Amino acid sequence: MSDDLRDLYQEVILDHGKRPRNFRQIDNASHHAHGHNPLCGDQLVVYLALDEAGVVQDVSFVGKGCAISTASASLMTEILKGKSEAQAKRLFELFHAMCTGEDSPSAEGLEDEMERLEVLSGVREFPSRVKCATLAWHTVTAAMAGQDQISTED
Amino acid sequence: MTVMSQTAPYDVEAVRADFPIFRTDIRGKPLAFLDSGASAQKPQAVLDAMNAVYTSGYANVHRGAYLLSERATAAFEGSREIVRRFINARSVKEIVYTRNATEGINLVATSYGRKFLKQGDAVLISEMEHHANIVPWQLLREQIGIELRIVPIADDGSWRMDEYKKRLDGVKLVALTHTSNVLGTVTPAKEITALAHAAGAKVLLDGSQAVVHRTVDMQDIDCDFYVFTGHKLYGPTGIGVLYGKAELLESMPPYQGGGDMIRIVTFEKSTWADLPHKFEAGTPAIVEAVGLGAAIQYIEGIGIERIAQHETQLLNYATQRLSAVPGLNIQGTAAGKAGVISFTLDSAHPHDISTIVDRAGVAIRAGHHCAQPLMQRLGVPATARASLAMYSTKAEIDRLADALDTVVEMFS
Ligand SMILES: Cc1ncc(COP(=O)(O)O)c(C=O)c1O
Repeated sequence: MSDDLRDLYQEVILDHGKRPRNFRQIDNASHHAHGHNPLCGDQLVVYLALDEAGVVQDVSFVGKGCAISTASASLMTEILKGKSEAQAKRLFELFHAMCTGEDSPSAEGLEDEMERLEVLSGVREFPSRVKCATLAWHTVTAAMAGQDQISTED
Repeated sequence: MTVMSQTAPYDVEAVRADFPIFRTDIRGKPLAFLDSGASAQKPQAVLDAMNAVYTSGYANVHRGAYLLSERATAAFEGSREIVRRFINARSVKEIVYTRNATEGINLVATSYGRKFLKQGDAVLISEMEHHANIVPWQLLREQIGIELRIVPIADDGSWRMDEYKKRLDGVKLVALTHTSNVLGTVTPAKEITALAHAAGAKVLLDGSQAVVHRTVDMQDIDCDFYVFTGHKLYGPTGIGVLYGKAELLESMPPYQGGGDMIRIVTFEKSTWADLPHKFEAGTPAIVEAVGLGAAIQYIEGIGIERIAQHETQLLNYATQRLSAVPGLNIQGTAAGKAGVISFTLDSAHPHDISTIVDRAGVAIRAGHHCAQPLMQRLGVPATARASLAMYSTKAEIDRLADALDTVVEMFS
């Protein structure tokens, strides 16, 4: 197997892909959104429970997708718990830059979180898979903004 | 260029040698190309024919009274005769050049549909259509209020004649795939057409995946319209064919207006050119049409029936080989299917499959294959698909099967 494949499908990814964490609905969710990647048919719903201060009390997802999109959604739910909306948005920007190889804004204060997300950086070598990795993040951002649908076509 | 004797064994290596792409390595590995259903590779003969027009016979067609233009016109119109013969149409008037199959269907939906269909008339399609044969009818439904009716397919992808017959009442146009790009199912075009005609309906067949794999004969099938696309038939992009019975095409209004499609233009009124030019507004894809003609001649040099035999043997081999991969499910196992194998794995998503086999130099397609309603019918988000062509080999299938074993290992 080639090295970049091994980088893409690391043990952590395979594990989260097979046994996603927080894979459930949240009954009293304050926000939720549907994410859809029409290219590969991936669909997921992200649920959020934000408190009054806008801090993530709980976050979860359900849906069907490839190993990359499922693992990314799973890792995201673990990382976002306890974060503020503003932190969540910064994390998405940082993560997006990591996946596309673009210049990254400063990760100050979020270094540990970015270190955990580093396992997904292998998608950089697979341009057609970047949207798989970012689908859950697009969806959670849409949920926070009060939208209920997002499609990664554009 | 390979020309095969009809008695010698099929020489796939000679065929491959005619396709320059196979001299290109993919990530340092020889290319295993199993995505011809999306678009086929081109033989040198096509590239040469196109190059020859540009280098020694190029000018606009039907316009200039000078040698170059006459040469280009002769090559362009000559290709139309090649197409006519290939599908056994009665006349070159019945061969309309389009950009692709999609444009052919849109032409019929717009020109025939708006003139001859009215509110409440039913158009019948099936569950296994490509979006190209769904969306134009939905647009027409929005414009004039036709009813769009759907024939269900069997779980194994087989065509269901009983379901078809049940839905024919009140149908004015049957628009069906001749071969499914996902399942490989070949629909019984001749019987379908006879039944439709008996019910008073016209028939349009989408032959994009059919002409590639078998002989199609317009006079034998007797359908009213037939479309296909050049790039899947080893020809260039940008050129497709709409066949229509002459009397129908005569009765239809132009699809687009402009140069080349007119006889006389005044500000008060214009009159239309004769068939097929009435439907070919503007400068056509001259060189691409010549390329398509060269592709068909190349196919004829080998023999479409020999190609079909080769593909069927490979299909059987691939079906056996892939069925041995643990947890692999083939979608579409209709009898007599064409060389298209869609599959899913219990352990891995089609997208992961295609990424991993790509790194082994094997090109397959993963996704919904422009047939989202069919994916819903099959209950899968997407499938992986290997499709076969005249140049496909057992070795390519072995490489796919080996790569799939890696996928299963990784994901189980
Ligand atoms: C069955 C079928 N119909 C129509 C099309 C559309 O072909 P094109 O995109 O060349 O118009 C395709 C190919 O994508 C096809 O497989």
